[in-house]
Amino acid sequence: MGMTLTEKILAKHSGRERVSPGDNVWVDVDVLMTHDVCGPPAISIFHREFGDDAKVWDKDKLVIIPDHYIFTKDKYANRNVDVLRAFAAEQDLPHFYDVGTDRYKGVCHVALPEEGFTRPGEVLFGTDSHTCTAGAFGQFATGIGNTDAAFIMGTGKLWVKVPETMRFVFEGTSLPPYLMAKDIILKIIGDIGVDGATYRTMEFTGHGIKALTMEDRMTLTNMAIEAGGKNGVVEPDEVTEEYVKSRTNKPFEKFYSDPDAKYHSEHFYNLEELVPMVAKPHSPDNKATAEELEGVMLDRAYIGSCTGGKLSDFRAAAEIIRGNKLKIDTYIVPATTEIARALETETMLGTPLIEIFREAGCKIGNASCAACLGGPSDTFGRLNQEEVCISSTNRNYPGRMGSKAAQVYLASPYTVAASAVTGVITDPRVFIQETVI
Amino acid sequence: MTTKPTSLKGKAFVLGKNIDTDQIIPAAHLVYSLDDPEERKLYGKYALSGVPAPESGLPQGNVRLTTEDQTESEFSFIVGGHNFGCGSSREHAPACLEIAGIKAIISPSYARIFYRNSVDGGFLTPYESVEDLSGEIHTDDEIEIDPEKHELINHTQNKTYKLKPLGSVADIVHAGGIFAYARQTGMVPAAGG
Repeated sequence: MGMTLTEKILAKHSGRERVSPGDNVWVDVDVLMTHDVCGPPAISIFHREFGDDAKVWDKDKLVIIPDHYIFTKDKYANRNVDVLRAFAAEQDLPHFYDVGTDRYKGVCHVALPEEGFTRPGEVLFGTDSHTCTAGAFGQFATGIGNTDAAFIMGTGKLWVKVPETMRFVFEGTSLPPYLMAKDIILKIIGDIGVDGATYRTMEFTGHGIKALTMEDRMTLTNMAIEAGGKNGVVEPDEVTEEYVKSRTNKPFEKFYSDPDAKYHSEHFYNLEELVPMVAKPHSPDNKATAEELEGVMLDRAYIGSCTGGKLSDFRAAAEIIRGNKLKIDTYIVPATTEIARALETETMLGTPLIEIFREAGCKIGNASCAACLGGPSDTFGRLNQEEVCISSTNRNYPGRMGSKAAQVYLASPYTVAASAVTGVITDPRVFIQETVI
Repeated sequence: MTTKPTSLKGKAFVLGKNIDTDQIIPAAHLVYSLDDPEERKLYGKYALSGVPAPESGLPQGNVRLTTEDQTESEFSFIVGGHNFGCGSSREHAPACLEIAGIKAIISPSYARIFYRNSVDGGFLTPYESVEDLSGEIHTDDEIEIDPEKHELINHTQNKTYKLKPLGSVADIVHAGGIFAYARQTGMVPAAGG
């Protein structure tokens, strides 16, 4: 019996020939990532358990990326960044991306690949549920809590129950011009439910996956957690290799699922037959097509976050927003400072993307998690009352973006941009077909 | 550190399905120190404050786990529907429930990070019920958990329900968390300084 990609990585990292779903194994950790919300309590547990003078197991493998509550006056939030800063100094950490310096990055899940920390075949843990994003690079990556992170800081190891794998096979050779990876994953989550992959791996494969860019693949794996998945993963190929080699010189090992690997289930999707999707309030699996919701009144549009604030997401939004005045408040939050800089330099028919957004009246924020998870009351773009918002983010449970009286519709940047232009939920095909012609 | 769990008794607080971590502890509150004895009480105060009022304390709703001036609750157990604790990886979620005085959760299924955090951090025991009890048990019911017999007894309604055995995490639960477990097994040297 063969093994899946995830099983092979966990076998290698636990020093075994093979592992099977349900096995509990201790794995060696290649990278541990933490941020300003969960870093301070993890650091506190680390010192409590390993001693005041304890040193982390391998300072080259610990990456600290403050990104959640950065541009706020909240004194407690700012104190948390101070705790990270003091720890980085105490431990002499080379990979700390401090606020207020040139090194500041923004959203950790997009910063990790940019800085070369996502490498095929490796095991990456992070104190954030969307750590599963890194599975797009053919590695095992999942979110953990503060205690587990503290355990890794001291030992370099963590126990893992080997998950069963659900296989999602994409047929078709390319994405239609109006479709984005966000539509695919919203469709899948809508089909299997917010606990449809609980404890399992979601492996995205098939001919269609080759047509997807690294950023598209990250959008898929990012939202594996929204179906309860332990990790999302894509087999590495030349697209992966090209990206990773442009960001790091570190060697890596590529693993592939065996043809006779055993899967929990198989699910087939033809990319060319999918349509723009929306998740209605208050759950990522509350699916509808954009067309079905056409006309739903909106107060706000939001484009940002680890899943919907990448450069390709803003290119998509700009395609639709260009030359239009927007009917509703529209917030643009680049995930990282690198993306923020690219918005200034990347152009569309001669105009920088940032200018397209400014001319349309968008409000543009600094690279960070911002209102994706609400945050302190002065957070940029936060929903503070009964607003109805369409957002390119990944979660819409009650109160996720601030007030629990608010309603959040999740959609692709195309659909968010189309809806920002009209003020009501709008299928982007209305605009894209015009653009194509 | 706790050892083998003994029988637990107290009042139930009932919630529906898909209670995510933003409802358990809204993100704006994740800034307080879990170490500072006064600040950590705020987690008890705001525990479950993100649950929409009509769905908080079922079946009637509009019940708070802790009222405005409380940091510790009169309730000892959370009874939830499927997929309890979905959403983020914030360990503040099981921590805030423990700080509010919750001893255990009973739900037919959990989101895995919440489950793991509850166990590895030694905050509280996430028991899996065989059936979804969120429609059976009422908020305020006096319930008891017998961990040896894997049973939940509802004294108010005079009913008994089966719980699933803890399975592979039982050793970590009984040790009181991943650090205590790792010390017992020799993975981590005894007692930090």
